[in-house]
Amino acid sequence: MQPILSVSGLKAYYQMRYFGVAREIRAVDDITLHINRDEIYGIAGESSSGKSTLIKTIARAIRPPLNVVGGSIAFDFEAGPRDLYALSEEQLSAIRWRHLSYIMQGSMNVLNPVRRIRHSFVDFAFRHMGLPMPAFLQRVEDHLAHLSLQPGILESFPHELSGGMRQRVTIALATVCRPDFIIADEPTTALDVVVQKNVLGMIRRLQQEMGASVLFVTHDMAVHANLCDRLGIMYAGRLVEEAPTRALFQRPLHPYTAHLIRSLPRIGDDTPRHGLEGRPPSLAAPPPGCRFHPRCPLAMDICKREVPPMEELESGHRVACHAALQGIAP
Amino acid sequence: MTKALLELRDVSKTYAGGGLLSRRHVAAVSGVSFSLQAEQPEVFAIIGESGSGKSSLARMVLGLSAPSQGTILFRGQDVTALRSRRDRLAFMRQVQPILQNPFEAFNPLTRVDRYLYATARNLAGASDQAAAEAAADGALQQVGLSLAELRGRFPHELSGGQLQRAAIARALIPRPALLVADEPVSMIDASLRMTIVNLFRDLRERLRVSIIYITHDLATAYTISDRIVIMRHGEIVESGNAREVLAHPQHPYSIQLKESVLSIEGAWNKETALVSSGNREGSRL
Amino acid sequence: MWNILRDLLRYNWEFAAGAILLGAVIIVAALSFISPYPPLDVYVAPPDMPPSSEHWLGTNSRGQDVFWQLTVAVRNTLLFGVVVAVISRLISLAVGLFAGYMGGSVDRMLMSVNDTFIVLPIFPILVLFYFVMRDQMSWALLALVAACLGWSYDARLIRSVALSLKTREFTTQSAFCGMNAAEIVTREHLPYVMPIVFTTTMNNMNWSIGLEVTLSVLGFTDVNTPTIGGMIYWANQHAALVSGIWWWIAAPVALVIVVFVSLFLLSLSMNEYIDPRSRLARMGSG
Repeated sequence: MQPILSVSGLKAYYQMRYFGVAREIRAVDDITLHINRDEIYGIAGESSSGKSTLIKTIARAIRPPLNVVGGSIAFDFEAGPRDLYALSEEQLSAIRWRHLSYIMQGSMNVLNPVRRIRHSFVDFAFRHMGLPMPAFLQRVEDHLAHLSLQPGILESFPHELSGGMRQRVTIALATVCRPDFIIADEPTTALDVVVQKNVLGMIRRLQQEMGASVLFVTHDMAVHANLCDRLGIMYAGRLVEEAPTRALFQRPLHPYTAHLIRSLPRIGDDTPRHGLEGRPPSLAAPPPGCRFHPRCPLAMDICKREVPPMEELESGHRVACHAALQGIAP
Repeated sequence: MTKALLELRDVSKTYAGGGLLSRRHVAAVSGVSFSLQAEQPEVFAIIGESGSGKSSLARMVLGLSAPSQGTILFRGQDVTALRSRRDRLAFMRQVQPILQNPFEAFNPLTRVDRYLYATARNLAGASDQAAAEAAADGALQQVGLSLAELRGRFPHELSGGQLQRAAIARALIPRPALLVADEPVSMIDASLRMTIVNLFRDLRERLRVSIIYITHDLATAYTISDRIVIMRHGEIVESGNAREVLAHPQHPYSIQLKESVLSIEGAWNKETALVSSGNREGSRL
Repeated sequence: MWNILRDLLRYNWEFAAGAILLGAVIIVAALSFISPYPPLDVYVAPPDMPPSSEHWLGTNSRGQDVFWQLTVAVRNTLLFGVVVAVISRLISLAVGLFAGYMGGSVDRMLMSVNDTFIVLPIFPILVLFYFVMRDQMSWALLALVAACLGWSYDARLIRSVALSLKTREFTTQSAFCGMNAAEIVTREHLPYVMPIVFTTTMNNMNWSIGLEVTLSVLGFTDVNTPTIGGMIYWANQHAALVSGIWWWIAAPVALVIVVFVSLFLLSLSMNEYIDPRSRLARMGSG
C-alpha cells in the first residue's frame, strides 16, 4: 500500500541576516521517512533536535527565515501522491482540516479566548463539511458526545474549562472532519499525568476508529512507548534511528537511543542512571561526520569524518550509525 | 530540644480572586506542616501536579511571600520576620533557591560568571575579585565545572545542563544548609537530566546540605529523595519514606497518581496499556 | 562601537537618513561658534534683505543675518531638548524601575505622585510660572521645569515593564545573590527598558522642543536668548509675513521640521537595534 506521507531528502534551514551578520541554522538536514495509513508515527528528540521544524515544514506552516532548501514532501490523500509545496494556496486550504489537521501544544493558541467554543468549531470546520448549519452543529455534538464531552461545553468560554478539558476540545476540533492525517505537536506536555493518560487514550481510540495516520511529536519517551506504532529518533536535525516501537525499545541500535531509554528513572528500580556528557551541538555549526560523535561512547575515527548512511539493518529498523553497521551493540 | 532546620506549622496561603463584586478566596496551600532536622540532611521531595500549591509553598519557604496563616521557622526563627537587609543576607547564606528554567534564571543579557562573583562578594565575604573568582571556581568544581569553562560566557553559549549546574554552584557558594529546588530538571534535555538529578543526591552526601526538591515526576522523586509528601489542592495527602510511599501508596489520590505514570515496561502490559492496541504487537509494515 | 555604527548605516536606511539629517542640523548649530555677528546684537546688517550670495537666508527687520541667527537658535533649541530629555529620563527611570521592582507601599506612593503629574495641565502651569518669575525666567530654568513636568507618562511605561521583569526568574536569582534593589534595577532590568528610554528620548525631545517653540512664539519665555521659537516670535512681532519677509519665518520652521523628522527616524532605527530580542539574535542565540 502507498504510504500517506513520503518525505525524501528534506532540508529546511533558517537563513537570517542581522545587521550584516549572516546565520544559517540547519534545523532539518536530509531527512527521509514515510508514514503509512492507519498508524501513529512518533518523533522523539530533545530541544534543538529539529523536530518542531520538521513538523512545521511537513504542515507547510513555514515562514521566512525558515526555508525549504531541498527535498520533497508528498501527501497521498485520494488522488495519488502530490508534492505539498507544488500546490496552490487554494488547493492547500481545501486539503487543510479536511485531510490534514493539527493538535497543538497550547490549546489556548487554537481556541479564541473571547469567543464561545462553538465559534471555534464553526470557524475551523464549517466550510469543510459542506453541511447546513443545523446539521453541522448536530455532527459536532455527536462527535463531542463520542469523546465523552458534554454538548453544553459548546456554549462555554475556553477559560471556563480545565487544561485537560481544553486539550480534549482541541482534539475534537482537529478530528471533527475525520481527517486522514493529524499532526500532534506535544499535545500532552503541559498536562498533569492523570489527565495526560486520558488524553493519550482518546487520541489512540480516535485514530483506530477513523483509520487515520498521526504524526506525534514529543520528547517524552514513555509517551512514545505507550502510544506509537513506529518511532523515529532525531538528533541535531537528522533522523538517527527508526523502527517499530517495540523493537526500538527492546533493541535500540543507535547509542543515543539506547541512552535515552536507559537514563529514564523508574519507580522501584534503584540502579544508577547517568546523563550524557557534553551538549547537543549548535545547528549553526554542527560537528562534521556523525553529529553525535563528540558525545558518543562508541565513537570511532570514521565517525568524525563521514556522515553515517541510514541503513535498514532489520526489517523496518533503520539506523544511521557506523558502529551499528559494524554490528556493535550500544 | 534541638531546633529543627526548617519547620512549617499549619501553613496556609490564600489568594484573593474573583471580580470586582465577587471577592472570593482561593486557597493555594492549606494546613501544611512538616519539619526537616538539622543533624540529618535529606532530600525532601514535594510532589504535586499543577495547582497543588507546591510552588506557592516553595516561595513561602524562601521568604518570597508570606503565609496567610501559620508560621515557617528556619532554625527557630520566623522567616517572615526577616525585615532588615542584614537579616535577609544572613538568611540567604543559609537558604538558596534552584529555579526551574536555567535559561530564565540567568539574565540572557548578562554574563553567567557575574552572578557567581556577586554571590561570593555579598554572601561569602569575598573582599576582592580574586577571592570572588576563587570562591566561584571552588563551587563550580563541586558540580563538575570550572571557572575556565564559564568565564565571560552568556547563557545561550552554554547548554541547559551546564547552566543548571552553574546555578547550583552559585547557590553553593555561601555554603547553605538548605537548597530549595523547584522543578530543576523539567526544562533540561533528557540526555542531560540525570546528571543534575544525581548531583543533588551527591551534594547531600558530600556537603551535607538538605534539599527540598519540588517536582511532578514520581520516578525522579523515587530516584533521589529520602522522604516525600504528596500534595493535592494545597493539602498534604500522604507523606513518609519515599520508597515506601511510592512502592505502596495508601491514599486514593497517590494510588491514582502512581497508576497514571506511563512507563516503558507498562506499554506492552495488557492491563496498563492505553487501549487494546492489537496492531502494535506485530511488525506490521 | 564603530562597527555597530557602520552596520547601522549600511543596513538600516532609517538610521542613515536620520543620522545624515541630524548631522546636518548639528553642523549648522556648530557654525554658530564662528558666526561673524554677535547673536544678541541688532542692526548689524541692512534690514529686510531677501536671500542673496552675501546673506544666504536674507536678513530680518531687526538688521540680523537670518542664517547666522539660525545657527545660534538651533544650537540653543537642540541643547534645550537634550537637557530636558536627559533630566526627565533620569527621573522616569528612577521612579518607574523602583516602583515596579519594590512594589507595595513604595509603588503606591511613587505612582500617586506620578499620577498627580500626569493630570497636571502642563501648559497653563508653564505660563503661570513665567508670570511669577518674569525677569528671572531663564533658558536653564525653563528646561528644569519642563523636565520636571515631562517624565510621568514614561515612568508609568517603564514601571509596567519593570513589573513583568520582577516576576522573571533571574530577578529572584539576583536577589539571592545578595544584590540590593539598586543593583538589581540597574544591572538586570535597565537593559530591558533601554528601548523604551530611546524611543521616549526622541519623543520627549520633540515634545520639549515643541513646547519651547510654542511658549517662545507667544512670548512666555526669555525671548532675548535666540531660539527657534524666539526667532518666530520676533518675526511675528514685526509682522514678517504681512510685509513679505517670508524667509524670516520659513527658515526656522523648515529647520525645526528637519530636526523632528531626523529624531523620529533615529528613534525608529535605534529601537530595532537595541531591542533585547534583536540583540540576542545578533549575539547568536536566535
